Amino acid sequence: MTDLRRRLNAPLVAGLAIMAALAVVAIVAPFTLREAADTLGGAPRSAPSAEHWLGTDSLGRDVLARSLVATRLTLLMALGATALSAIPGILIGASVWFGPRTLRNLVLRLIDSTVAFPSLVLALVIAAILGPATSSAVIAIGVAGIPAFARITSNMTASVIHSDYITTARLLGVPRWRNFTRHLMPNIGGPLLVLGASSFALALLEISSLSFVGLGVQSPDYDWGRLLSEALPSIYSMPMIAIAPSAMLIIAGVGAMLTGDGLARHLDPWSSAPARAPRTGTVTTTAPRTSDLVQIDDLRVTAANGTPLVHGLSMRIGAGEIVGLVGESGSGKSMTAMSLARLQPDSVTVEAATLRVGDLDMRKGGRRTAMATDIGLIFQDPTRSLNPALRLGGQLTEVLTVHMSMLRRAARRTLVDGFERVRIRDAEHRLSQHPHELSGGMLQRTMIASALATNPRLIIADEPTTALDVTVQAEVLRQLKRINQDDATAILFISHDLGVVEALCDRVLVMHQGSIVEELTSEQLAARDVSHPYTQRLLDATPSLSLTDARQEDPA
Amino acid sequence: MSIDALLTVRDLHVTLGHGARAATVLTDVSLDIPKGAIVGLVGESGSGKSTLAKTIMGIHRAQAGAIEFQGETIAGPGSRPRRSANRAIQLVPQDPYSSLDPRRTVGQTLAEAIDPRRARLAAHRDAVVAALEAVALDDTAVDRYPHEFSGGQRQRIAIARALITEPELIVADEITSALDVSTQAEIIDLLIRLREDKGLTMLFITHNLALVERLCDQVAVLLHGRVAESGPASQVLASPASDYTRQLVASVPGGPGFTLESPAP
Repeated sequence: MTDLRRRLNAPLVAGLAIMAALAVVAIVAPFTLREAADTLGGAPRSAPSAEHWLGTDSLGRDVLARSLVATRLTLLMALGATALSAIPGILIGASVWFGPRTLRNLVLRLIDSTVAFPSLVLALVIAAILGPATSSAVIAIGVAGIPAFARITSNMTASVIHSDYITTARLLGVPRWRNFTRHLMPNIGGPLLVLGASSFALALLEISSLSFVGLGVQSPDYDWGRLLSEALPSIYSMPMIAIAPSAMLIIAGVGAMLTGDGLARHLDPWSSAPARAPRTGTVTTTAPRTSDLVQIDDLRVTAANGTPLVHGLSMRIGAGEIVGLVGESGSGKSMTAMSLARLQPDSVTVEAATLRVGDLDMRKGGRRTAMATDIGLIFQDPTRSLNPALRLGGQLTEVLTVHMSMLRRAARRTLVDGFERVRIRDAEHRLSQHPHELSGGMLQRTMIASALATNPRLIIADEPTTALDVTVQAEVLRQLKRINQDDATAILFISHDLGVVEALCDRVLVMHQGSIVEELTSEQLAARDVSHPYTQRLLDATPSLSLTDARQEDPA
Repeated sequence: MSIDALLTVRDLHVTLGHGARAATVLTDVSLDIPKGAIVGLVGESGSGKSTLAKTIMGIHRAQAGAIEFQGETIAGPGSRPRRSANRAIQLVPQDPYSSLDPRRTVGQTLAEAIDPRRARLAAHRDAVVAALEAVALDDTAVDRYPHEFSGGQRQRIAIARALITEPELIVADEITSALDVSTQAEIIDLLIRLREDKGLTMLFITHNLALVERLCDQVAVLLHGRVAESGPASQVLASPASDYTRQLVASVPGGPGFTLESPAP
């Protein structure tokens, strides 16, 4: 129950209330008000009075009663038209993905071109062909709405159909039709419901328009559109006659839109899993040294909902030192590094007693140039840190031209030198290529070259080898080591892989639930000389290659 | 080709794509999976590991060669790609976040594996609970949704879904690479236990040589769609016959032969 209350939102409640009220009117009004609505002979065009709240029309019929009685026909028509759009549209949009590829492409093209055609114009054509009638208005608006449903369904199906759970179900022998109803529809149903609500609102207006121009409902039947067209001759003398059906249209339209909006929110992806509150308690790292390049004291990162992500973390990185920050996902290691570079997400709050790189106070903004040139960044996935539409030369020289005021040619030359340092052959040619033309390892090397181009004092490398193959990873690690040795560039190396960290780093900080739980030298790590139980667990879990031929030693 | 091989891949050629975009992904691939063995398939991205898995599962067609399973040809020219007919080979996909339908409870997902047509949980509840217990999850998991579980727990559920059909062979495609190390270790321990308890036969696809060493009896190393080397895992890793395997082994940080010294330019 609390779950239901939590998830029902204001627009949905309001929308459903309006729609429910209209439904009651649609059911009740024709029974109770039919006489008042259809009886001729009252005073024509009388002003609002106690007997006729909104007055009477040119034939002396009660305006309010007629508007209320018209609710049933109008809503049924809109509902019929929506169903006529939705059912074939969804079936077409989903089934193309179960058929052969050539047919799919053909149908999708067809759908795209019909979507581009204004649906009201299409409806007018259909209505004109079928001749003026209630049914033709419904068919016209319904058919005109099919492409929109087909396209959205096919787009959403495309995103779901190749997901592993549908493939697995198929391999398990789940029949196609079952796969469709059991896995596909529930997963794309939310947006379709929303589309249903908004196309209901649209159908309402379009059908009314058709009736208004005389292509829809014919006398003696009437819907809101027809009432509006009857009101037109006397719109200046008797505005009430037009206002009543208009108001009903607006109320129904708003009700449908609110329901759609509420549904969209209601069906929003699952509430995120509650974040675990990290344990408190930190390990103070090595006492301050004068040569410390990075100094972090009492760093606290807090999520928007108040959950602490990093609390009270302190660390130092000496000039020319390689420090590893290891931990599992959610430990706060990336958040620490991104806070240090002032690149934390907008949704978190960063506080620290000290947050310093060299003489730069990273808690303050400003001095963007110094920040951009003193700190080099290398991210996990080079394909995501580069703009696929731009050539490498343009985007990688940006930092040099913007922050170091280099001319394009000089910047290019610097970068070519950088490429050669990380052993990218044919550097000039590479600069004119787009990211997709290079392999992942090669791209990561270009990122390293670019990070080095400003001669930074610190490189922050956030899982730079995780997305890479093991042979490429070894090469990238070698490059980082060499840069560190040649230029005494300090490196903060973030990783979940103890093996990698052990091989590369001078000092290793183990992070767990937002705190540093242990600090180790690489010798201590290599000797497995660790004291914190979490580090021990991590070590035990890390598979290492021992290469003892067990089967030869133990024939059993 | 050994007599007791459960699955035999013989001279397999697989080409993906059509017309000008066609690319040969597997060339002359041969591999035996003996009953009761865990066979590792290692290689780097693009080497064709997943393509071989998908060809075994009948998702891709083979242009030449054959895959025989229990003496029956299930892939190759002239054979129909296996679809739903045979449930004896089960796939555990890499990503535990996309392999479970987010809108179905764990119980419903497992019930579907038992009875694909009707997927009635009530009729199979006992079997579902037993399958979850086999992967160290308790019966409270039955009525919960995938988003309530961690990555490692989801991967256990995916393994339970594969096991519940009592398959002859499980194809595990990089099932630990999306997981943290401690979670990975739990999954590996689970697989070792399942091999001992149930005599599990598995094709274990990975890029992690240390996992091969820990888990696998046999290993095949793929390079550009060809088998560079295959044999008993300990032997291939300890004394590689091919240069490529040697390079792979030397690239594992902390492993023998690994160095950060750059070779002379």
